[in-house]
Amino acid sequence: MATAAQSNKAFFQQLKKYYTFYTGGFIAFVVLVGILEMMGVPNKILGYMFLFATILLYAGIGFMSKTAEVSEYYVAGRRVPALFNGMATGADWMSAASFIGMAGTLYLTGYDGLAFVMGWTGGYCLVALFLAPYLRKFGQFTIPDFLGARYGGNIPRLIGVFAAILCSFTYVIAQIYGVGIITSRFTGLEFGIGVFVGLAGILVCSFLGGMKAVTWTQVAQYIILIVAYMIPVVWLSVKHTGVPIPQISAYTSALPKITALEKEFNNKETPKGAAEESVRAIYREKAAAADAKLKALEAGGAAYLGEEKAKLEAKVAELKAAEPVDAKAVEAAEKAVKDFPADPAKAKEAWTKDKGIGAKAAPVKAHAEAFAASGKTPEEIEKNRAKAKKNFLALILCLMVGTAALPHILMRFYTTPSVKEARQSVFWSLFFIFLLYFTAPALAILAKYEVYNHLVGSSFAQLPAWVSNWAAVDKTLMAISDINKDGIVQLAEITIGGDLIVLATPEIAGLPYVISGLVAAGGLAAALSTADGLLLTIANALSHDVYYKMIDPNAPTVRRLAVSKGLLLVVAIIAAYVTSMKPGNILFLVGAAFSLAAAAFFPALVCGVFWKRANRLGAILGMVLGLGVTMYYMVQTYPFFGIKAPLWWDIDPISSGIFGIPLGFIGVIVGSLISPAPSKEVQDLVDHVRYPNLEGDIDTKGA
Amino acid sequence: MQLTDKHREYWGRNLRITSILLAIWFFVTFVVGWFARELNAIEIIGPLGFYMGAQGSLIVYVLIIWFYARYMNNLDQEYGVHEGEDD
Repeated sequence: MATAAQSNKAFFQQLKKYYTFYTGGFIAFVVLVGILEMMGVPNKILGYMFLFATILLYAGIGFMSKTAEVSEYYVAGRRVPALFNGMATGADWMSAASFIGMAGTLYLTGYDGLAFVMGWTGGYCLVALFLAPYLRKFGQFTIPDFLGARYGGNIPRLIGVFAAILCSFTYVIAQIYGVGIITSRFTGLEFGIGVFVGLAGILVCSFLGGMKAVTWTQVAQYIILIVAYMIPVVWLSVKHTGVPIPQISAYTSALPKITALEKEFNNKETPKGAAEESVRAIYREKAAAADAKLKALEAGGAAYLGEEKAKLEAKVAELKAAEPVDAKAVEAAEKAVKDFPADPAKAKEAWTKDKGIGAKAAPVKAHAEAFAASGKTPEEIEKNRAKAKKNFLALILCLMVGTAALPHILMRFYTTPSVKEARQSVFWSLFFIFLLYFTAPALAILAKYEVYNHLVGSSFAQLPAWVSNWAAVDKTLMAISDINKDGIVQLAEITIGGDLIVLATPEIAGLPYVISGLVAAGGLAAALSTADGLLLTIANALSHDVYYKMIDPNAPTVRRLAVSKGLLLVVAIIAAYVTSMKPGNILFLVGAAFSLAAAAFFPALVCGVFWKRANRLGAILGMVLGLGVTMYYMVQTYPFFGIKAPLWWDIDPISSGIFGIPLGFIGVIVGSLISPAPSKEVQDLVDHVRYPNLEGDIDTKGA
Repeated sequence: MQLTDKHREYWGRNLRITSILLAIWFFVTFVVGWFARELNAIEIIGPLGFYMGAQGSLIVYVLIIWFYARYMNNLDQEYGVHEGEDD
């Protein structure tokens, strides 16, 4: 034993040395690209350099980690030290949604977006307290493995496989989508091609070396993503406040100024408030006009539409007959005729959209205000506020329990050398995740400060470069137009897409393009690392749990690995194909994966460790009930599926796990109590996982 | 395999610390979240309700896990259920 500990220690030192060199090398690379930029190399080339250099790097690590050993392929040989497993889990965990989307969500929603920040960190408390050490002691390869051994028989294992594939697949589509967006935005490749380039990057990491390769690339990816996230934010903080710690300066210096500006924008007596009001009045007018047209359409139908069109045509004729002919006016009038909706259905659609513009006339929401709600009467506001609060807390619970149930995360705790290190590694995981998550709200505040304090009030003739650049690239990210024609920017005239915040931070902070390339590389690292872990989970569930454990338990090692690698390829291609069809909204896909995992796994896993009486019937009932109800509610209420049934207690479909989790527990309890207690062997297994070391203990170590 | 009283005591202490930490977790998440509007009236490093959601609760989560790992690793030693050799 002493030699094993010594060799682990030597391995740890070696890893530290490698990754220190690696970090130094990466920084040198960034500096080199920076020098190239100063020498006048075009941005597009720099973008390609970042994209291909990092993918090559991951491929190199993947190639060096190639393996033909089962335990290395599935659990990285169980010798990943706590610190490095923490970094790998951090990269595995933080997806494109965390890296690119989160700060933007917080910018747009203020307090209410914090459900994601809290949910995606607090869940690790559940991992630490309920699962990680016990799963490590159990020490096999997959999460369905535990269900199979603890509850006996193939049915719990099979349900576990189904649930693992369902939630991992839902989640992986969101990741590949992110990869496609990043590669296409920074290199100008088409979205579909971007997806496949990214996919190649994912596959070279995991194909040859399985978990071993994925672990060491994830550590490398974590380093890139955290560096890429921090540099621009720290810089922005120095620029605005002179303090290089954004997590403090955002609250002490930027937030009070934002709050003061919000009040000014909403107060018509102040010059800024009056300017905002003039823009809002235009929005309200437009919305009212659209509303009037909609009402007339309802009353008059197609006849009304015909009359209106005739009026426009008459105007064209009138303009043409006038002396002298105003060419521009004629053109505009002809365009109005051309754009006029052809039939009542189209008219209704177009005018309803116009009416929606009225939402922009609403007062600015205070950033720190929790559960902001609107309504016509105080009672209605109170009711909507209660609804918002309920959904906020429900979402937090689903995200937290889902965190402690997603197989690709739990699997990572099989890879540490001991139970002790598994516990420490949960700490390191959350610590590394925390670094990014407690920076995101600060970034949102600093970006808001920039927009409220500098952009608003500047002149349309001299917009800051980052504004005009992004408005030219993508209207969904940045749209700005002088609605009230006063030549000055008002807040109501700006429309910002959430993803802009992280992507544009380097430019807002006045950093060179090389840092933008770095941010893109960070986003890519976040998406690739998560996709890696997920694809491996799916392929392992199929190859290990279905093929090896259920179809051919005598399969030789070579064939087991060959099957696993083949499946990895097939799953990856199916995932990329589904992604290229662009299904649904990313945030919903991610949320759905958490709710599904939470309801399917958490009750059965936790009861498996903490309640000896839990048995097979209980597990089957709990998982089926939890998963079933969650899926049922999602399909019934999420608009994408087209049923749009009424909500239960106003809970949004993204939090459907809130019904599945308790039902899962009830299922486990009821099912266990109506059938006989589990056998002595199973009870011994429970004792086995509860104590890190027990004399005369059974052995569950896998091959 | 026979569990001794000492083993049962170990598991009992594990359950106790797990429940205490879980209660703290519940408090900083759901109780603080429930009263976020009320807490926002208090100003410490920004409005308190907002600060807790953005930073305060997260720090508590990190500390919970850090404490649990330290406590349990010591408990393993104390009850002689630790793995491998001491280091």
